[in-house]
Amino acid sequence: MAPVRFGIVVFPGSNCDHDAYYAVKHVLGADAVFLWHRDTTLRGVDVVILPGGFSYGDYLRCGAIARFSPIMKEVVRFAKAGGFVMGICNGFQILCESGLLPGSLLRNASLRFVCRMVHIRTERAGTAFTRLLAQGQVLTMPVAHGEGNYYTDASTLAGLEAKGQVLFRYSTLDGQVTPGANPNGSLRNIAGVMNEEGNVFGLMPHPERAMEHIIGSVDGAMIFRSVLEAVTQRAPSAVSKE
Amino acid sequence: MNFTMEIIITRRPTILDPEGKAVEHALHELGLGNIANVRIGKHVKLIVTADDEEQARAIVEEACRKLLANPVMDDYTITRATGS
Repeated sequence: MAPVRFGIVVFPGSNCDHDAYYAVKHVLGADAVFLWHRDTTLRGVDVVILPGGFSYGDYLRCGAIARFSPIMKEVVRFAKAGGFVMGICNGFQILCESGLLPGSLLRNASLRFVCRMVHIRTERAGTAFTRLLAQGQVLTMPVAHGEGNYYTDASTLAGLEAKGQVLFRYSTLDGQVTPGANPNGSLRNIAGVMNEEGNVFGLMPHPERAMEHIIGSVDGAMIFRSVLEAVTQRAPSAVSKE
Repeated sequence: MNFTMEIIITRRPTILDPEGKAVEHALHELGLGNIANVRIGKHVKLIVTADDEEQARAIVEEACRKLLANPVMDDYTITRATGS
């Protein structure tokens, strides 16, 4: 069987693209390719990663312009066909702007750019992105953002909760979801959400920066390994490749 | 015809505007305590070619819906610039 191939989209202003590439290629040992924002093919990838950064300078709103890149048409089509898509930080903002995930990311309640390690609690194990995690398992990884304050209207929020689409919440190290553990003011400490179909996931923390002990945490690798396993266990024809 | 249109985009009133709050606080620190409900938004000015003002507004409305505003969190108002 061919190795699982990850595609990392590079927008003008992406700055976590190489971290994501390193994470999947050199830590996971999977195949990885960069996809330029003007490309019109996903080159047969199994998973698309929208990395962190400041695509298009964050002009207008974070992710608002990246959404109209030629590559995003393909990413939307891939996602609608059931392909795995993961958005990290700015990538999460782009997924919200493009309508692949509900809600939006507002300015941090503190008005400050927050760059530090946080703890996130696994709210739902067993999904494509959390299949190697246990329910309630706490992961440690960094956040680095100015607009990570997850917001959606009350009825959408109720739907997300009812359908188990909240995969991670900011918590203390021992798994308490408290206001003090919330770095940005997100509704209900939400750190990451998945679409209803279970193939598109976005989060503000940076799992690709938590892949090796030497940089402080290996917890992010659990998320990447989960999706890698999800691809290998899925029927080969589940997603049509170009 | 060319119409100069102005758009003001603000966070919906139900959404906390931390930037507005911070500025309000600073205004109060300056002794301007009679100022309240500060909200900060974006101002977009553009020229649109259309047959009449109604069509110009419809075009700008579409621009707001598709790009300039995010319906999850933003409200917007469209006006024709005076003298245009």
